[in-house]
Amino acid sequence: MSTLSMSGALNMALADALEADERVLVFGEDVGPLGGVFRITDGLAARFGDRRVFDTPLAESGIVGTAIGMAMNGMRPVVEMQFDAFAYPAFEQITSHLAKMRNRTRGKVEVPVVIRIPYGGGIGGVEHHCDSSEAYYTHTSGLRVVTPGTPQDGYDLLRDAIDSPDPVIFLEPKRRYWSKGEVVADQRRTGFDRALIRRPGEDVTLIAYGPMVATALETAEAAKEEGWDVEVVDLRSLSPFDDETVCGSVRRTGRAVVVHEAAGFGGYGAEVVARVTERCFHHLHAPVLRVTGFDIPYPPPKLEEHFLPGVDRILDTIGRLQWDDEVRGA
Amino acid sequence: MARTSLPARERSLLPTDAPLSLLTKTGEPVVDPELVMPDDDVLLELHRRMVVGRRFDTQATALTRQGRLAVYPSSRGQEACEVGSVLALREQDWLFPTYRDSVALVTRGVPAVETLTLLQGGWHNGYDPHEHRVAPQCTPLATNTLHAVGLAHAAKLKGEDTVALVLVGDGATSEGDTHEALNFAAVWQAPVVFLVQNNGYAISVPMSKQNVAPSLAHKGVGYGVPSVLVDGNDPAALYAVVRDAVRVAAEGGGPTLIEAITYRVEAHTNADDATRYRDADEVAAWLDRDPVDRIEAYLTARGLLDDARRATVAAEAEAYAASVREVMNADVEVDPAELFEHVYAEPTRQLREQAALLAEELA
Ligand SMILES: Cc1ncc(C[n+]2csc(CCOP(=O)(O)OP(=O)(O)O)c2C)c(N)n1
Ligand SMILES: [Mg+2]
Repeated sequence: MSTLSMSGALNMALADALEADERVLVFGEDVGPLGGVFRITDGLAARFGDRRVFDTPLAESGIVGTAIGMAMNGMRPVVEMQFDAFAYPAFEQITSHLAKMRNRTRGKVEVPVVIRIPYGGGIGGVEHHCDSSEAYYTHTSGLRVVTPGTPQDGYDLLRDAIDSPDPVIFLEPKRRYWSKGEVVADQRRTGFDRALIRRPGEDVTLIAYGPMVATALETAEAAKEEGWDVEVVDLRSLSPFDDETVCGSVRRTGRAVVVHEAAGFGGYGAEVVARVTERCFHHLHAPVLRVTGFDIPYPPPKLEEHFLPGVDRILDTIGRLQWDDEVRGA
Repeated sequence: MARTSLPARERSLLPTDAPLSLLTKTGEPVVDPELVMPDDDVLLELHRRMVVGRRFDTQATALTRQGRLAVYPSSRGQEACEVGSVLALREQDWLFPTYRDSVALVTRGVPAVETLTLLQGGWHNGYDPHEHRVAPQCTPLATNTLHAVGLAHAAKLKGEDTVALVLVGDGATSEGDTHEALNFAAVWQAPVVFLVQNNGYAISVPMSKQNVAPSLAHKGVGYGVPSVLVDGNDPAALYAVVRDAVRVAAEGGGPTLIEAITYRVEAHTNADDATRYRDADEVAAWLDRDPVDRIEAYLTARGLLDDARRATVAAEAEAYAASVREVMNADVEVDPAELFEHVYAEPTRQLREQAALLAEELA
């Protein structure tokens, strides 16, 4: 066990995967000698050589499209998109080919490609560097979409993603790259497509993922003062979705709030609310609410604090869950 | 197998001003210092496969009229490209075709019924790509170029002797992926061959609105990809340039871009009306440059093709068409449960629920 930042855990996962399986290749923009703009691939080119860890020409469709061809020839490419919004040039390759190749070929052709994408805001980034683009991918059948909220999950989920026979969109919450935690290598305890209860509680389920897991945990601490015992569920796998863990929690607490940075309209949270409502209706004491970014393009750095869901806004939302109707905690 | 010589110019980046050719449109041999006429057995095989391929093509179009195929994009007139390029490949090489290239598929040995599954509507793709080393026919234009480069680069990393040949249309050269693929292939010196079938049109849009460079082959120059312009209705020349590019790629010489000048004789698909955007005169002029007639004239003049062999080949084509009719006239068996099977390696819990729902609906 060691204490690592999430970026360190991701780096260790890549190194261990490269070590474990010679079919694994790491490539993208600046991932070679520089180690990536966030240093996630730091030292890998030196250790594994430029045949396995290399810089490509600067073209995202090219990176994903060639990764597909390499996977067709038995490789397991792990590619990096430099930032969320810069994955958009690869969208056609991702949605029309990566996601569909297995289906189109009746299972004859597998394309086990992992696309790592630093995503989300909170780092004072200028425009095009802060998008939460998860819903574009979760809406695409054939892709797995996962996002770690802790350094340990950074390691575990990335190793699982690289081992997966399915293509995986691996969303890295860039504002949490530098958060530290205990990391144990090679001991993946939680299933790849399972959610985790990060903090047990009795009164309300806070459903979060990626960058919002830490925010949700902070909120749970603050909620104690209000007398609310908050359970925090970290989704980890956005697609497929772990109905069992999420609904198990909501049935126990009877109240739920979904939190994400992305704009709310047509967002991932809408799917979570619908699923929870359909499955837990008779256990609910209040409608399931969302705390999300506003329906605007990601704001400039000096305004992002107003956009990002924070502890106060989440607490306010919890407060609107019709508590007056009953004796709290009864 | 005949090999072309490899003079210095051929690996220079610029294509020739005039398309390379080995046969005039009336089938007289052309002496080109840069190309060597393929062996007689290759020419006879080219002829046989083109005749069979063309018969397959007319049969497929007929199947659309009988409602057996949803749609069919004909490659009539492009047989030199469809057949010549495939015969130039070795068994271990890969083909990355488009929707237009069904004749290339059957020439590669993909069974007709598996080739036509996509258009018949039973599934998106009917064959095992690994078995034939043929990628699924690609509809999103130019996206297959990158897959070919990736597969070829992986082959190189693994030390495999595999070349990838990717087919694209003239219109598809305007797509960004074509340019990214040329650049990636050049930077990586990947063993890949790009064959652009310039058939004059992208549905209704003519070359003049697609490109003002001296040729599409010139587009390789900016990426450092040696480029070749060839008469795409000359089966001998087409075979020779592709064979050469495959050999160069296999020997570590990197990618080649080939532009073949040809013509789409039929409409874009059976659902298109080409009279809305082109003249009958133009079509007639191209019919005069027919690739099958051309090789027939040459082989006949050489005494290699007599009436008996012509009849044998025609009979083979008829028998093949009859077998295609027979398999395609059988009703397609589809299984709704299969809808959920190949989305992920293992169906997710949600997909299993949805499969059960549909099964209940059908019970
Ligand atoms: C990305 C994309 N855009 C548009 C289309 C629709 N479309 C199908 S074929 C075609 C014309 C393609 O022309 P060309 O590349 O010359 O190939 P050809 O059909 O002539 O063989 C178009 C516009 C498509 N399939 N993919
Ligand atoms: Mg065309």
